[in-house]
Amino acid sequence: MSAPAVATPPPAPGAPLTKKALTADHPTWCPGCGDFAVLAAFYKVLEKLNYPQEKIVTFAGIGCSSRFPYFVNTHGGHFIHGRALPFAAGISLGRDDLHVFVFGGDGDGFSIGGNHLVHTARKNFKLTYVIMDNSVYGLTKKQTSPTSPVGFKSKTDPWGAIDQPINPMRTLVNSGATFVARSHATQVNHMIDTMLQAAKHDGFSVVEILSECVEFYEGAFDSSVPRKGGTFKTIDLKKGDGSPEDAQRHDPSSLEAAFKLANEAWPGSFGVFYQNKNAVTKNQLEANLIAKTREKTKNAPDLALLQATFARLR
Amino acid sequence: MVSPNSPEQSGGARPGQQPRSLSDVVIRLAGNSQDGIQSIGGFLARLAGRSDQDVMTYMTIPSTISGGPSIFQVRMGNGDILSAGDRADMLVAFYQHSYDAHIGSLRPGGILIYDSDHVAPPAGDNRFTSVAVPITTGTVEAVGGTSKDKGKNIFVLGLLARIFDLDVAKLTGLVKERFGGKNEDIVRNAMLAFDAGYAWPQNNIRDLFYRFDAVHAAAETTGRPQITIDGNTAMAYGLLAAGVRHGAGYPITPWSSIMEILRTELPKYGGVFVQCEDEIASISTAIGFSYTGQLAITGSSGPGLSLKMEALGWATMAEMPLIVINVQRGGPSTGMPTNVEQSDLMQAIYGSHGDTPRVVLAPKNVEDCFYIALEAARIARTYSTPVIILTDQGLSSRIEVFAEPDLAKVMVAPKLDLSERPATFKPYPLDAITQHAPPGARIGSGKYPTVTGLEHDEHGHPTGSPVLHQKMTAKRREKYKALAATLPAPELFGDESGEALIVTWGGCYGPAREALGRIRKAGFKAGHLHLRHIHPLPLGLEKTFAKYHRVVVAELNDEGMYGYGQLTMMLRAAYANPAIVSVTKTDGLTFKVSEIVAGVARHIESQALSATVGAASQSTLATR
Ligand SMILES: Cc1ncc(C[n+]2csc(CCOP(=O)(O)OP(=O)(O)O)c2C)c(N)n1
Ligand code: SF4
Ligand SMILES: [Mg+2]
Repeated sequence: MSAPAVATPPPAPGAPLTKKALTADHPTWCPGCGDFAVLAAFYKVLEKLNYPQEKIVTFAGIGCSSRFPYFVNTHGGHFIHGRALPFAAGISLGRDDLHVFVFGGDGDGFSIGGNHLVHTARKNFKLTYVIMDNSVYGLTKKQTSPTSPVGFKSKTDPWGAIDQPINPMRTLVNSGATFVARSHATQVNHMIDTMLQAAKHDGFSVVEILSECVEFYEGAFDSSVPRKGGTFKTIDLKKGDGSPEDAQRHDPSSLEAAFKLANEAWPGSFGVFYQNKNAVTKNQLEANLIAKTREKTKNAPDLALLQATFARLR
Repeated sequence: MVSPNSPEQSGGARPGQQPRSLSDVVIRLAGNSQDGIQSIGGFLARLAGRSDQDVMTYMTIPSTISGGPSIFQVRMGNGDILSAGDRADMLVAFYQHSYDAHIGSLRPGGILIYDSDHVAPPAGDNRFTSVAVPITTGTVEAVGGTSKDKGKNIFVLGLLARIFDLDVAKLTGLVKERFGGKNEDIVRNAMLAFDAGYAWPQNNIRDLFYRFDAVHAAAETTGRPQITIDGNTAMAYGLLAAGVRHGAGYPITPWSSIMEILRTELPKYGGVFVQCEDEIASISTAIGFSYTGQLAITGSSGPGLSLKMEALGWATMAEMPLIVINVQRGGPSTGMPTNVEQSDLMQAIYGSHGDTPRVVLAPKNVEDCFYIALEAARIARTYSTPVIILTDQGLSSRIEVFAEPDLAKVMVAPKLDLSERPATFKPYPLDAITQHAPPGARIGSGKYPTVTGLEHDEHGHPTGSPVLHQKMTAKRREKYKALAATLPAPELFGDESGEALIVTWGGCYGPAREALGRIRKAGFKAGHLHLRHIHPLPLGLEKTFAKYHRVVVAELNDEGMYGYGQLTMMLRAAYANPAIVSVTKTDGLTFKVSEIVAGVARHIESQALSATVGAASQSTLATR
């Protein structure tokens, strides 16, 4: 088998992260797929964050979008359909020194993985989750997805989908996620800015990115693409400057305001819907528990602890 | 009246009376779950542990958590106690329904103690020595009105201490330890109840006076103190000793107590256990922990193991170390959640999809629950593989006494290797066993690995190559063959050739060893081979099997469509030896010694051996 020869030496520790260092396999997506833009934006985000390369983890479930980790040169993996979040929860909680990013599709996240999404969110594991929503099952070639609108003609609903889709933003806000945002694959700068904020959030951050499947749902998001005659309406966040305009701006700490945005008519708004900067992460809660427990045992070494336990079992 | 608290009487001496000597006794206590019957068993077990007696308990808990019938059977005595005992020598019946349901388990000539406030045995039944004790009113009178009949269990404990000449100082010490954290009144009431039971003066109780023969117990041979715990506790502490510091799970009986212990204990060791939203999330989180370079554990029972199967397949494909504990119970589905069965073997070995080899181990008794955890961790780390431990409901809740492990010797410190990997590093080398580089480790080539469930090349890149799939499938298979070649020969007891070889796995070890003793005593040449490593099997078993006329596999599952239990099917498939046959049953209880003897007798077509089994042979047995 062809073991690729080492062409270029690896960047020295501490060297700035470059797109070149971050590029891995060439993406296998169809030409024109929205996911390319998400990948390009993610490279930029990592460059800006400039974490040590070996401390970044890119993980995913199954789907076209979930092939993401193969294209990013960091530690990472490709798990099973819908279960990348609990896996990533283990990574995050197991190792506080790592920066964990999870990618997946609308079917992966809202259908088979729907329950995991809610529980990972409410527990507030420290990680960033990007849902690349194309409103269709891409990898399996055009079946109805939980975000396909009523009337969408798929192979499982050739006459047009008849079930009500979920409202992704309402679901995410309601899940207890402490950072919820929405972006669009045609808006690279918006994606970079939104993903950056998500990565910097101390807790569970989730970004839904509308990413068109040109193969099976062309034009799905045209109504939010200006060059196709749509409107890309961004969310203006409150600045707290006391100005009269500021009163009209969105307060991301308000759940009520977030729900209001989530309930807007399609195609809705883009930006940060909700952020709770005060919620304690699961990682912190467990660390507190360990610290408190070890204080009680006076940091006894493992062997002494277990010996003492056995002495009580005599 | 003898007072147990006066020091000169400690030890239960009765002036002018000589105790009859006894080697071991099986006592069955039958009542309702809220009567604290389990705690009588617990006290006796711990006493035995501290008095150099071996003890094994047999406990059933009703599926309804509060209320409902409950029994506890304890066998205590000296030397090795291997099984819970087929029939009781003594039955303590708290209620009429307890009497009705369990009088059949008392051997003729045995002792029946019943609460005369609730039980009226039929008049003129001379099969047993019957002793009427007003347990309820005796307790109420001793403790005083307010607590009603709470404390009946401690009253009975006093009674048993008197009858079996138990070490009262130690026993009351244990009672005080147990209730010590609670308020003074509770300790005082317990002691009042104990004294009242101990001093119960009436009837033919006075004639019942036994003492266990001088003992030679583990403490002497190993020089280590003895501990008294159940199998799930032993397993949980085994994991801690193995350096496992991460886990995730979802509650289900009888697995839950392992996760409860780990959740409570792990923070002391700087570790963490997550209660997840379901079993799929649990195994996923556990593999996530393992992926970070820290071997993790998940577990469940029956239905929960099924939910873990897809992710388990990923762990085989991606070659991730992982420990999965399955505390087997009666199945399928919710089945018999508080009964014992060994019917998950095929699922453990072959469950999931595709060719998914993995390691399956089973502990033979409570002590082994501790050591099997160490072995599972060693294998998972060395071979970068999921390892399933198949324990069972019987082992999980059974209390046994064993020598305290030499922790200084066996304990493994968790190690996280974040050293930089050389430029030649490959996650999936074809010519070596996979050892992953966890995130945080720099890779000399600058190419970071992807772990994946897609078929992949040596670098973890997806491939559709038929040649590579075949090679990688072989790579994943061969490491288990390499493991098999290193496994020690399984324990073999008795004759090295002969009429029959009993083969067991899991908790059937004890009764089979006793059965072997009976069979050989009856003049037959026979052996017993016990398997701890079930998949892969140790090498060379076919040579051992060939030395016996019949290889009788005793296992607690159904004979199935073809007349063989699950391990039997495996062994027949592996060795194509028609002498391999089964003794199986699915009545939800552990094997009685006599059931195994009867099964062997049937297979070797021996009337003479059958005759030794006598009335004890059970119709629930299926033999073929
Ligand atoms: C347990 C399981 N069920 C079904 C599948 C098949 N499957 C793979 S991806 C997928 C859906 C993909 O849709 P989505 O998550 O929206 O990702 P996309 O391909 O659209 O990016 C399905 C049903 C699978 N791999 N595993
Ligand atoms: S099928 Fe759709 S989602 Fe998948 S790669 Fe092609 S365009 Fe993208
Ligand atoms: Mg999709």
